[in-house]
Order: sequence, then C-alpha cells, then structure tokens
Amino acid sequence: MTLLELLSSLLTDHTIRTVASGTAILGVVSGVLGSFAVLRKQSLLGDALSHAALPGVAIAYMLTGSKSPAVLMLGAGIAGVLAILVLLNVTSRTRLKEDSVLGIVLSVFFGFGLLLLTFLQRNPDARQAGLNTFLFGQAATLLTRDVQTMAVFGGLALLLVLVFWKEFKLLSFDREFGASLGLPMRGIDILLTTLLVVAVVIGLQAVGVVLMSAMLVAPGAAARQWTDNLGRMTLLSALFGALAGVAGALVSSLGSGLSTGPVIVLCISLIVLVSLLFAPNRGLVWNWLRQWRNRSRLRTEAVLENIYLMSSQHADPTHPHAVTALEAVSGAGNVRRSLEELQRRGLAVPHSDKKWSLTAEGVRSAQARLQPAKDADHE
Amino acid sequence: MSSAQIEIQLIGIVVAAACALPGVFLVLRGMAMMSDAISHTVLLGIVLGFLATGDLESPWLIFGAAAMGLITVSLTELLNRTKLVKHDAAIGLVFPALFSIAVILISRFARGVHLDTDAVLLGELAFAPFDRLMLFGTLLPRSLVVMGAIALVNLIFILAFYKELKLATFDAGLAAALGFSPALIHYGLMGLVSITAVGAFDAVGSILVVAFMVAPAAAAYLLTDKLERMLLYAVGLGALGAVGGYWMAHLMDANIAGSMATIIGVLFALCLLFAPQRGLLASAARRARQRWEFAQTMLTIHLLHHEGTPEAEVENRLDHLHDHLRWEPAFARGVVQRADERGLVRLENGSLHLTDAGRGLATTMLADKR
Repeated sequence: MTLLELLSSLLTDHTIRTVASGTAILGVVSGVLGSFAVLRKQSLLGDALSHAALPGVAIAYMLTGSKSPAVLMLGAGIAGVLAILVLLNVTSRTRLKEDSVLGIVLSVFFGFGLLLLTFLQRNPDARQAGLNTFLFGQAATLLTRDVQTMAVFGGLALLLVLVFWKEFKLLSFDREFGASLGLPMRGIDILLTTLLVVAVVIGLQAVGVVLMSAMLVAPGAAARQWTDNLGRMTLLSALFGALAGVAGALVSSLGSGLSTGPVIVLCISLIVLVSLLFAPNRGLVWNWLRQWRNRSRLRTEAVLENIYLMSSQHADPTHPHAVTALEAVSGAGNVRRSLEELQRRGLAVPHSDKKWSLTAEGVRSAQARLQPAKDADHE
Repeated sequence: MSSAQIEIQLIGIVVAAACALPGVFLVLRGMAMMSDAISHTVLLGIVLGFLATGDLESPWLIFGAAAMGLITVSLTELLNRTKLVKHDAAIGLVFPALFSIAVILISRFARGVHLDTDAVLLGELAFAPFDRLMLFGTLLPRSLVVMGAIALVNLIFILAFYKELKLATFDAGLAAALGFSPALIHYGLMGLVSITAVGAFDAVGSILVVAFMVAPAAAAYLLTDKLERMLLYAVGLGALGAVGGYWMAHLMDANIAGSMATIIGVLFALCLLFAPQRGLLASAARRARQRWEFAQTMLTIHLLHHEGTPEAEVENRLDHLHDHLRWEPAFARGVVQRADERGLVRLENGSLHLTDAGRGLATTMLADKR
C-alpha cells in the first residue's frame, strides 16, 4: 500500500476515518492540556489520573448498568477529581513527597477498581468486555457516537482553556504574582487540573491507562523544544498530538498486531526524539556542533600560541618547527588539523620537511593574543 | 485453611517484604514513581528475553528484565541531564515508549504465549500455588521460591550497605564528600527495584508492585523518624495488607491483587489519619492547641503593654479585645478562660489583670523577639 493510498483511506474508509478522527481529537486535547502539565512539572499526574479512573468507571457502570461512553467518562472524571483532591491534600498536609502520594493514589485506586471489576465479571449479561476496552484502550472499537462524545467533552475543555487562558498562563509561570493580583489561584489550579482529567478520560478508550500518560507528556515536551512562547507551544503541542494520533491510526490499520495505542505512543515518542535532537537553539545536535566548534577553535588558537612561543626562542619569529614537537607541547588533540586551519586563515605555512612556521600575519596575530596576558603578568 | 491458602498468603507476605525494603528508600529519596516506570518496562526485558531464548521459563528473562529496569533508569537520567525536559517528564516519556514497544512485540511475535498485557498489569495470585518447583527435595510454589530469594537479596544488600544507603539518602552531598559514590548506591538500589519488580509482577502484577513498594513505606514514614523502624513498619504493614487482602478477596470471591492493594490503601489511610505525631488528626489538634497558646501569649503581651497606663481601664477589658485584637467575642472568651486556667490572667468584673506568671510569659516572649 503506498503512502498515497493510505492517506486516501482516511477519506474513503469509514472505520479508519472514525478511528483517526477520535485519536486526532485525543491528540489535540491532551496536547493542549499536556503543555500546561509539562510546564507545571505535573507530567506524572496524567499517569496517576488515568489509573485512578478505573474505580470510577466500574462504579458508574454498577450504578447505571449503562456502557454509554458519556456515563463511563463521567464516572472516570469523578474518580479523577477525587484522586486530585486526595493528592493535593495529602501532599500539602504531610511530609510525604508528591511522587510517593502519586504512587499510592495510582496503585490503590487501580487496585480498588480491579476489585470492583471482579464483581462485574460475575454478572453474566454485563461481561465487562466494554469496560475492558475502555481501560486498556482499543481505538479500533471506537464508534461514531464515541467520537462524538469525545468531541463534545474535548471541545468544552478547549473552550475553557481559551476563556481562562490568561489565568492559566499566570498559574503556570508566576502563581504568586497571580495571587497578588487577587486572583483565586487555588480555584484556577483545580480548574486546570480538572480539565486534565477530562483529557485523560477522553483518551482512556483510545489508548488505555498506561499509554494515556504519554499523550499528556510527550506532545508538550516536544513542543517546548521549538519555542519559548506559551501560545505557540500549545498550538504546536496540539498539532504534534493530532499528527501522532492520525499517524498511529493509519499505521495500525496496516497490519494485525499493531494496536493503535502503542503505535500512537511510538509516533509521538519519535516526534519527541526529533525535537530533542534537531529543534533550533535547544536541539542537542546543534549544541554538540557548537561545543565541537568551540573546542576546535580553542585548540587552533593554542597551537598558534605554541608555535609563536617556541619560535620566540629563536631570532627569527617565523622559525619552522616539527609537527611532532608541537604535538608534544600542545598535548592532546589533532594538531595537524589545527595547523591546516591556521594555513587556511593564512597564519601558518607548511615546509617540505614536515615542519611548519608562522607567517608574518600569524606572528602579529599571536602577539596580539599574548600581549594582554603578558601585561597582566607584569602587574 | 488449606495448604494452597497458606501458600498464597506466604507468597503475599514475601512479596510485601521484598517490595517494602527498597520501597522505603524510594519514598525517602523522592523516587517512588520510578517503581511505576520500572514495573512497566520490565515487560520489554521479558519479551526480548523470550524472543532471544524462546523459553518463558528461562532465568535469562529475569536478567533481561532487570537490565531493562536499569536501562529505564539510565535513559531517564540521560534525558534529564540534557536539561531539555524536567525529571518527571523524563520518566513520563521513557516508560510508555518502552512499554509500547513491548506491547507491539508481544502482539506481533509472541501471540498465544502466556504473556499478555492484562496478566502483566493485574497478575493472578490465585494460580501461583499450581506452578511448583523442586527444591531441597520438596515441591514449593515457584513464586514463593523466587520471591523468597529476591527478598533475601534485598535484605542482604540493605544490611551490607546500610550505612552508605542511609548517608546517601539523607545527605547525598556528605556521602559524595566522604568518597561513597552516590551513583553506585543509586544504581544498586534501582537494580534491586528492577529485580523485585520482575519477580513480583509475575505473581501480583505491576500495579500491585507499586502499591507494595510505595504505600507501606509512606505509611511507615508517617509513623516514625528512625530508618530502622521505618523499614520494620513498612514490612509489617505490607505483610498485614497481603494477609488482610487475601482474606477479603476470599470472603468476597474477588481479585486477590486488587483486594491487597485496597487493604494497603486502607492501612495507609488509617496511618494518615491516626499517626501519633504526623497524622492528620494529630496535626490538626496540634494546630488548634498552638492557635490557643499563641492567642494567650498575645493576650498577655497586650495586657502588659497597657498595664499601669491611663488607658488600661479601657484597653484591658474583655469586651474590648474584639476591637483591639480583632477577636470574635466567643474566641476572646475562650482565650481568657484558658489563660485564666493556666494562671496567666485574672478576670475581675470584666477587666483583665496579669498575674506574675502572665507578666513573666509576656516579658520572655518580648525578649525573645529582640
């Protein structure tokens, strides 16, 4: 199947179109809210929240007997908010560190959910099949009504982000300043975190509990590399999330055994890797390149000074010296490459017998470099 | 109790002990979520080990899994060291990616093998007694032998490097200055966490590994300030959770791992509420007491300030405290009553007088301020 055919299947194949639009919505919503989570060092909150949703889903089903996505999402959302309240209160009132409390909330809520699920399993007509996909994610089972529910909840969350944009920005960067303006920062905090719960709940059915946490971290972390502007970062993050969602849906339609969730996570991980390596300014590759250039420039200058100092033992400042002698003086590093660099700049010339000397220009340059240091010595 | 029941409980206790020992250090060092990451990525180690050996029983699987745990830690730190992402984001980026690779590998190449994501996440302790192993002439449950060995390794490591672990945990700078390598201790500890996670998730699933590692240790941290006691309490609470969880599951005919995690959560909640000094109730009571004590001190200072001055008649009246100190009348009466009981002030027809003790308190507090 060519890439073109694959892309055209987005338009023609109803199943693929449904799945891809679902994962795209998920990508956009979790990308936007994940940006804030990443900036606020709450990257692992999504992980805890998605696990904590399990008992909520189970109880919602027990109470209503309905497997409609809206009901299950509501249950998951309530459990998520409860988890946040536990997390905030225990962290602020005891000496336990946040990560310990996250671990406890994650594992205990999830364990309790498992306990509840065993009761549901016993109910013959329920068969928790629907619940299972809800938790462990099976994007391929997304139906049009699921996507519609996701779109409604997600759209609402995005709308709220837009309305409270300024407040959320303040919360992320300068909470104290916001408080000094008289804004209810704690309430804003709870609102933003609740929206994070919405993103988690939307994603559960498509990518599952474990991989949902990646959808909240990765797009934001990738987008952060490209810009220092919150608005641009959020847009880029949404774009990355949607891209990974659609790409994941397409790739997983290619073969059996490629479940959509893991493929989406690998796609977004690839985007993160590329961003970490190649993003302008922050990218690691540019950083390495810069370091390498600096090192070779320093080495070249050291070689220039060394030739000059060795020559100053002689009457003629352009007295040639053997490469081996320079290597002994300059220590580690590729002296020959530095000499060639000096030659390119017209500061040194090679002689036939593997010896090098400075040009008149090179002598002046070395003197200029060493003079201030000498003056400092005399003081 | 049938022998299978006893065995399941024993396995639970041994898993709890094996997890709680390294868990204490994770909680103290603020790395509790590493256990979550590692308990997921060991799956990749197991899958790769299985694909390499073709044998799900091979001991290489454990080594592969433990190595993958260490790789997870190193990758996280590598990412963290670039300073491009923060520590928590680094964890959140690394482990889902590795887990995803594992899930895809399983469904592509290891289909039909007893190795599915649900089993890894949830575990099934009920079947543990059926998988037996010959050792010292008796057939023992495999999980019991494996987890017993791992618990022993953890215990030996902690006893052997107790001093170093303690120092590196509470004062990493000093440990480094004294020549202990914090990195070595760190990776040693993470190695333990990895091995424990591998051994345990077979029996109880990766989520319960996190519960057993973090919750008992965190509860113990609320009960004591001594590392030795914290280790003991954590093991004890974990074992209690395992046994209690087993019986709850038995009575309700429910999933054992989920039941154990729930009981551990209940135990944590009890410690959180009722711990003698750090519990929520104890600290609420302490805050309330401090509020009253502070108010009494304020009262004596206020009285001392106006004592013997012309306006003392007006200022040092019970009903005036509302205007001057902004105290609600009920609160003011409460403060005066308590101060009276402590012998700090005397109340004579609505006007307040300091006793010698009250004057002494006010002067010392004022002197402290300076």
